[in-house]
Amino acid sequence: MKTSNDRIIGQEIVDDRESVTFGANRDKDFSQEPMCLSGRGVTRVFRTGRITTVAVDHVDFDFHKGELISIVGESGSGKTTLSKMLLGLLEPTDGHIFFHDKLRDISSGHKRRQYWKGIQAIFQDPFSSYNQFHKIDSVLLDCINMRGGKSLPKDQKIEMMTEACSFVNLKFAELTNKYPFELSGGQMQRLMIARIFLLKPDILLADEPTSMIDACSRATILDMLLNLRNETGMTVIFITHDIGLAYYISDSVYIMEHGKFVESGPADKVILDPQAPYTKRLISDVPKIHEAWDLSTVG
Amino acid sequence: MGKYMLEVNELTTKYITRQGEDVYSVDHVSLKIEEGKSLGIAGESGCGKSTLALSLMGYYFAPLHYTSGEIIIDGKDITGLDPDVVRKTVLGSEVAYIPQAAMNALNPTRKVIKFIEDVMKAHEIKMTKKEIREFAEQRFRQVNLPVDALDKHSVELSGGMRQRVVIAISTILNPKVLIADEPSSALDVTSQKVVIKMMKDMMEMGLVRSMIFITHELPLLYNVTDDIMVMYAGQIVERGSAKEMVFDPVHPYSRGLMKSILVPEDGTRDVKLTAIPGTPPNLKRPPAGCRFADRCRYATANCRYSGIPIEEFAPGRTYRCLMPVEQLKEVYASEDQQ
Repeated sequence: MKTSNDRIIGQEIVDDRESVTFGANRDKDFSQEPMCLSGRGVTRVFRTGRITTVAVDHVDFDFHKGELISIVGESGSGKTTLSKMLLGLLEPTDGHIFFHDKLRDISSGHKRRQYWKGIQAIFQDPFSSYNQFHKIDSVLLDCINMRGGKSLPKDQKIEMMTEACSFVNLKFAELTNKYPFELSGGQMQRLMIARIFLLKPDILLADEPTSMIDACSRATILDMLLNLRNETGMTVIFITHDIGLAYYISDSVYIMEHGKFVESGPADKVILDPQAPYTKRLISDVPKIHEAWDLSTVG
Repeated sequence: MGKYMLEVNELTTKYITRQGEDVYSVDHVSLKIEEGKSLGIAGESGCGKSTLALSLMGYYFAPLHYTSGEIIIDGKDITGLDPDVVRKTVLGSEVAYIPQAAMNALNPTRKVIKFIEDVMKAHEIKMTKKEIREFAEQRFRQVNLPVDALDKHSVELSGGMRQRVVIAISTILNPKVLIADEPSSALDVTSQKVVIKMMKDMMEMGLVRSMIFITHELPLLYNVTDDIMVMYAGQIVERGSAKEMVFDPVHPYSRGLMKSILVPEDGTRDVKLTAIPGTPPNLKRPPAGCRFADRCRYATANCRYSGIPIEEFAPGRTYRCLMPVEQLKEVYASEDQQ
């Protein structure tokens, strides 16, 4: 990763040239790629007493290998419930989820752990993603061990950890023996990506990974996710309420309203030529730069 | 030219940590806002935006301390006033401040009308409960808020509504300056739009006579404020009209910020986002020269030598950089072509 353009700034090595992989896989047709994760009629109903809430309502989806998918919706649209079902943290009340074209089976603890080798997540709040009593080394070592590298020599493990850290522009030598809370929010989130780089799952589910980070560090995280996809060919499911961000990063966009997908398709088509009234409203509610922001639509 | 609602001259404030170290978070900031105008403040986390907002109220409490400079609100100097006097005569009536997550400030056990009564009481305004209610109802109608919200507890209101109620309460005394610190960042886009509409309407109706709007969401600033000021490490690095700042930024840091804009518009996907490398400097020991030099790709040895003054290079436009404007623009133009 280190090139002549790297400069040492403060505590980190920073690559300030554009990454070469940007643009790769843009506008590629993923429908010919093998299926990674798909769902038919996936539903989740919550019941409290007599009140029934249908959080996710019979949704169908097809996520292909190497595709970057965004699921966009407002608060309460069911995005997080859906992501929990995809991760196997919540059972669907109805419908089926297929993993690599086979019905997903996570009925036992062993099978669930096997499934988690194939799907990993980055969550919204980097501050609560770490066990604050464990050092950063152990966070990364766990990933190597989980991939079956437990018996590898120590040098090789360090080499792997160093490579993972440099992928996200962090310096392992400076992180070793530190605790997660000694890092900034952006650095923590990058370390999360380094974890994913070591684990190399088939699918990465990123649930609002940039919403707690300011706009400037956001660009770094997004580009790292794009690089990760381009280098490892993993499927990335990006969950967000920011439609501008979804448009920038994704190949396909699914728009979610009240637990249903109201519109889905290639990012260009959905964002630039929206059909569903909800998508239109969502786009019109976002302040823009080149178009006027119409405030008169507010009731 | 309208008269200035807010004039700040060389304001410097610092935090004193428990170890007794000084952190210079607002460093010689000067700004002026005319009546009826709004100013946006942009910058990344930790660059001093929120501290500046706190400092502008003239109300300091540990660990924030006033060092030097003056704050003049509508011709009245409020620096050096006793904190109690500031609380009674400045906060709420001259300057209103809406902090981040303001909507969580409402005590869940009290009705909305009670907060308005509190505001009146704290400012020693002689009004009966009935008069206060009439006044509040009229104000709520004016800003398009449902009057029945007055008799509700905060938990009964949605997030966006709660935020609007907080804004209505804090501006009930028609402040001359409204300082809004990320007023909509916790809301989804639809509620955000409603909140912004309300703030703009209040400006137009003259309920609020000038506004400072702080956020790191640049598309929002561009659409809301007249001017944008970019802060970095406690200093102003550039100021100009919203349009100039977004389309024609001069300072390398501002340019870096503008490059991180993401909007759902044609062309967004084709442009590579460029992040500004590195992190802001530690303000316990700010660099002697340009504070941005360590992260700037155009920095030379001269930049690190001594402090760089802020300069006006066109009417209403200032920047803090050693490189001449023409040279910067040439460099940018050649970069954009690549």
